[in-house]
Amino acid sequence: MDAFSVLTPGAFTTVQDRGRYGFQQMGIPVSGVLDAFAFRAANMLVGNPETSAVLEITVMGPRLEILNKADVAITGAEMGMTLNDQPMEGWKSISANSGDILDIHQVKSGCRAYLAVSGGIDVPVVLGSRSTYVGGKLGGYLGRPLKAGDVIQSVEAKPLSATRKFPSDLIPKHPPEILIRAIPGPQDDFFQDGLETLFQSDFMVSAKADRMGYRLQGPNIKLREGMPKSIISEPTMPGGVQIPADEQPIILLVEQTVGGYTKIVTVISTDLPKVAQATPGDTIRFEKVTLETAHSLYRERQKLLRDLEERLFHQ
Amino acid sequence: MSGGLFKEVGFRIAGDQGLLVEYGDAIDLEVNYKVRAMAIVLGDDPPAGILEIIPTYRSLLILYDPAVAAPKDLKEALISLEERLPGIRIPPPKTVEIPVCYGGEFGPDIEFVAESHGLSVADVVRLHSEPEYPIYMIGFTPGFPFLGGLSETLHTPRLGTPRTLVPEGSVGIANNQTGMYPVASPGGWQLIGRTPIKLFAPERPNPFLYQAGDRIKFKPISPEEYSRLAREEE
Repeated sequence: MDAFSVLTPGAFTTVQDRGRYGFQQMGIPVSGVLDAFAFRAANMLVGNPETSAVLEITVMGPRLEILNKADVAITGAEMGMTLNDQPMEGWKSISANSGDILDIHQVKSGCRAYLAVSGGIDVPVVLGSRSTYVGGKLGGYLGRPLKAGDVIQSVEAKPLSATRKFPSDLIPKHPPEILIRAIPGPQDDFFQDGLETLFQSDFMVSAKADRMGYRLQGPNIKLREGMPKSIISEPTMPGGVQIPADEQPIILLVEQTVGGYTKIVTVISTDLPKVAQATPGDTIRFEKVTLETAHSLYRERQKLLRDLEERLFHQ
Repeated sequence: MSGGLFKEVGFRIAGDQGLLVEYGDAIDLEVNYKVRAMAIVLGDDPPAGILEIIPTYRSLLILYDPAVAAPKDLKEALISLEERLPGIRIPPPKTVEIPVCYGGEFGPDIEFVAESHGLSVADVVRLHSEPEYPIYMIGFTPGFPFLGGLSETLHTPRLGTPRTLVPEGSVGIANNQTGMYPVASPGGWQLIGRTPIKLFAPERPNPFLYQAGDRIKFKPISPEEYSRLAREEE
């Protein structure tokens, strides 16, 4: 059914889900949401499974007209939001009616907000996913960011029996100074002093920061004497911190499949949402953790999400 | 490139959900064969918790769910699966013919390539369309093939300044590599021609015309033939 029509699209608003797995060997990146925590929270708040598609809203939000009664929730970055000109809270389900105007303004802190609608956004499933890959004009709404005049569909769903609210102590803050945990490798052996430089310096997020990757500015990360400047192209991971020829790190994200530069460390999956919410000018510091620590953090995060789902369901 | 197969498989940690598996340190058909064979063996009977297997020139990336799979078990599984390699059959390579209109508006850099090697444009076309190029891997953009076997006579450096937009179907050269752009993207390769064939079409049941391991043979066509084929593709 028709969920909403787009009155103004915002700066860069796309349909995303968990991502498109299984086609990287054909050059198709995973895409999907950058902030998996806010995404999961948005879906929970409106009673959707974690597979539902949402809108990923970047920096400046869209103005939407609701076309059918539905539960809506917005999470992630803190944006100014109004429903029919009345201030609206994030991280909470809102029952919206046909004709309501939902207006998402400029970001206040963070970078990306997630809008979930009950039932989930319905666009054709392309190669197993509803995610938009703009570079390949693939998936999402006609393979592109939303434009004024687009009408977005959603899957029909039962309305919530009560409002759901995310526990306020668990809503992530988005300060301009960010600590990100990372595991050395896959090519940490190509570096010596470079590892020390990476873990002991501040890096600034540059203006070149998008869904492909975040270019950082800081002290040069030097390869060990005599190591080759590039490697035979190999798969890349979201979170891989690549050191290109100019020795300034790039945190690779979800729209890249292969690369020929070394990755000195890899950001742990639990901290990727922090990268997703960083904006140009923010300061990033890396903290070294072991694979075992990263795995236990991952399991804790999964358990937290399961417990939350349980709690919200009984609200 | 020298080198070849490693005696023992190498493992590298790629974050908390990725295990990088290396079988050699060279762009080499034997190494690449082993990578693809292992991807098939693994894909046939994947250990629990594997999200995706991504084969490239000489390495595989295994994406896993750490709640289900542990890297230690994955490593053991990979080593024991090697025993099954001699028995497995990987699909015989098919040769895919790609019609290319060389030069003119479709290949704006062909004269530069010819001149920098003291060749005629016709020589470039002949040298480029003669071989069957093995596809080592696909990446960068959907369906972008990394091909081996470009004639040494044609090795040409990348453009000083990359183009902001290379048209879909463009065929190019960068150093010792040749390839084609299935979707329009920025790029720094020397463009020598263009194919009217849709190399990537997500609306087709099979969006791709080839996979790693197949071979590409370029067939020179005239501008008229290009127009005719382009109309058929629509």
